Amino acid sequence: MVATVYESVDAALEGIEDGISLMIGGFASAGSPGNLLQGLIRRGTRGLTVIANNVIPDTPLDAMCDAGQVDHLIATFAIRASGAKKTRFEEMYREGRIGIEMVPQGTFAERIRAGGAGIPGFLTPTAVGTSLAEGKSVIALDGRDYLLERALTADVAVIRAHRADRLGNLEYRDSGRNFNPLMATAARLVIAEVEEIVEPGEIDPNHIVTPAVYVDRLVQCPALPVRWDG
Amino acid sequence: MAEGRPVGLTRELMAMRVAQELRPGMAVNLGIGLPTLVSDFLPDGTNILFQAENGVLGYAQILKDGQFDQDLINAGGQPITLVPGASFFDSAASFAMIRGGHIDVAVLGGLQVSERGDLANWFVPERGGGSVGGAMDLAAGARRVIVVMEHATREGAPRILRECAYPLTAQACVDLVVTDLAVIGVTEAGLVLREVAPGVDPAEVAALTEAPLTLAGDLRKMAL
Repeated sequence: MVATVYESVDAALEGIEDGISLMIGGFASAGSPGNLLQGLIRRGTRGLTVIANNVIPDTPLDAMCDAGQVDHLIATFAIRASGAKKTRFEEMYREGRIGIEMVPQGTFAERIRAGGAGIPGFLTPTAVGTSLAEGKSVIALDGRDYLLERALTADVAVIRAHRADRLGNLEYRDSGRNFNPLMATAARLVIAEVEEIVEPGEIDPNHIVTPAVYVDRLVQCPALPVRWDG
Repeated sequence: MAEGRPVGLTRELMAMRVAQELRPGMAVNLGIGLPTLVSDFLPDGTNILFQAENGVLGYAQILKDGQFDQDLINAGGQPITLVPGASFFDSAASFAMIRGGHIDVAVLGGLQVSERGDLANWFVPERGGGSVGGAMDLAAGARRVIVVMEHATREGAPRILRECAYPLTAQACVDLVVTDLAVIGVTEAGLVLREVAPGVDPAEVAALTEAPLTLAGDLRKMAL
């Protein structure tokens, strides 16, 4: 199926229920669907299992944690070893109010890719012999040990792209690509916010990274600015 | 600083020494923190492509100030510029590049390294925290792993140990350790002291290293 264009963020989020698993695209400030996350805050959707690369302070995802909307987080970067500013997520994690599954970033990406590609699991050398291998099967092939990692899918993905056509073909901008094209393949309902929606044919087919078949809902809105404090 | 402790290299000089390990044409990933300084010490025109695991091959510089383009960042979230010939790709492709052995060198920060070349660099038990990010994939997948770190803790405790006490990032992954005091190679036969910082005695390095060190036949002073 091709995408439907919605007039507002709130309309694009219609029907999103409590208790779902939710993939959120973006890497730090790049390619983050901040408008859709703000929409989820307005909606008050709760009981979420969030699958997102990272949580950083003063972002909509951290505000969702603060508001008690997130029960569980699957992520690669959320708790800092340094004394840098803590997220509300971290404070709530330490209070036992949000759970976390920490996943190495390459394994995180590949689990989502596999989920979208109909592959239930894969073998990786990453994390063998570490605490993140606990509970996972170790399989030896050609004399090297690998972990059996399971695919990740979700009920809903919210992503950001740079440009879309009305059918839902997506083009990304710079390092805003990151996890967005992967998550677009791995959720039952995919909602994309984009800077600009154009007519089919206006994006060079060679430049389309996410084909329209993956995208269900589209909404046009400027990127939510993210502050950088270096 | 503990009394009588040798004075070693600054962070910048450590980065400069690591930069000497890089060759024209390499694809190199620089970890967060001290490793990001390495790119400051390479002459122009070396054709080294720096990879950022968030999906960039060929970033030029980390911008210290000025305009912030939130879609153009490295894996530390810092704004960057690109070299001609740079490319973007998604995170699965980025880690396929890393895991598949297409990155020639990863320069990673470290908390502890063992005599077998195990690395611990992502979790600090005293703080009860840490995040793994791409560290485990880089340590397991890069063709050569160089760790750059302070030789000992602020309190003077060795970081180069028989066994890492902190949770591991990867087993037997480190090829070379560059510290403020020394350059140490990890070999089948254990750790080999190859270079000492100017003004530092090999015995002082050994005293701040828990793991046994073999002195290289051509042990020399670092050329900086």
